[in-house]
Amino acid sequence: MNPLIEFIVSALILLGSLFALLGSVGLARLPDFFTRLHGPTKATTLGVGAMVLASALYFTATRDGLSLHEIAVMVFLFITAPVSAHLLAKAALHRQTGREDEPH
Amino acid sequence: MLNFAIELGFVFIGLAMLLNLWRLVKGPDITDRILALDTLNINAIALLVLFGIRAASSAYFEAALLLAAMGFVATVALCKFLLRGDIIE
Amino acid sequence: MKRRLLPRPALSLALFLLWAVLSNAASAATLLLGALLALLLPHIAAPFWPDAPRLARPFVAVRFAARIVWDMLLANVAVARRVVGPLAKLHPAFIEVPLELRDPFAATVLGSIVSLTPGTVSIDVDRERWVLQVHALDAPDPDALIRQIKQHYEAPIREIFSC
Repeated sequence: MNPLIEFIVSALILLGSLFALLGSVGLARLPDFFTRLHGPTKATTLGVGAMVLASALYFTATRDGLSLHEIAVMVFLFITAPVSAHLLAKAALHRQTGREDEPH
Repeated sequence: MLNFAIELGFVFIGLAMLLNLWRLVKGPDITDRILALDTLNINAIALLVLFGIRAASSAYFEAALLLAAMGFVATVALCKFLLRGDIIE
Repeated sequence: MKRRLLPRPALSLALFLLWAVLSNAASAATLLLGALLALLLPHIAAPFWPDAPRLARPFVAVRFAARIVWDMLLANVAVARRVVGPLAKLHPAFIEVPLELRDPFAATVLGSIVSLTPGTVSIDVDRERWVLQVHALDAPDPDALIRQIKQHYEAPIREIFSC
């Protein structure tokens, strides 16, 4: 494998795993539920995003032909992460205040 | 260099998953536990992708995609249950 | 004619790209099948697919997407720094952002973007008062954050969907 590509793949792997770790540190360390929500929704999606880019680049470089299907995981996570965060926040508000949610 | 990065990546993600597990056990509220499960799931996706690079096999990709889909549905179902006391209305 | 063949050009394009990505664009035959599906599925889905606003300015959308990716990178670094820094210095806050857009789909897009960028998670869109409720991890100056969301994200979205 081309050394430049190897370097980029390694850097993306390290960046991704570091952000995944930082997101989880936020989840473990922050003081209340709503602040904890911030760590995973951002740091983890970027973590997986960088990891998936590393995988796409690695398989494109080592096999013949493009390897793009990893991108689908990233797109899927970027669409679903805000929805999960939104529902979690709503559930937490509901439990804290006991507020009746208006049906949509 | 790549091997070193992969090993270090395993260490970071392993630590991240341990932290998630800690939050899952500690709670205190059930929403914290769902959030911890969701994060654990996303970290597991990262771990699978990393395994795929190390094994130089694209078979792990399908597992990662499945995990992403199932984890999202699980989180939504759990939150919906908390909000309504029912999953299907 | 064009309307009848492609009722949802953006949806068709998205379906085709997703198909190409998932199948790794392996051969011309799979791409052809993807194109066929991208043509057919919007017709089949038309009765139950909600009416999305028209993508009025596709090129603005592309530029906007590039800026969001950049903002996300910066936001991640900022959030990471706050997460490992001293927690007592944080100013978490619930903020209500009054919206000028009046379209559920555009509001969803805005909410998702807000959730993915700088230390903010959108919690609820009030569709009676059109207010976006946001939780910020560190907002010493809530008004500045409201201005930023409105200028950086709401204004381009209104331009893109012309609503």
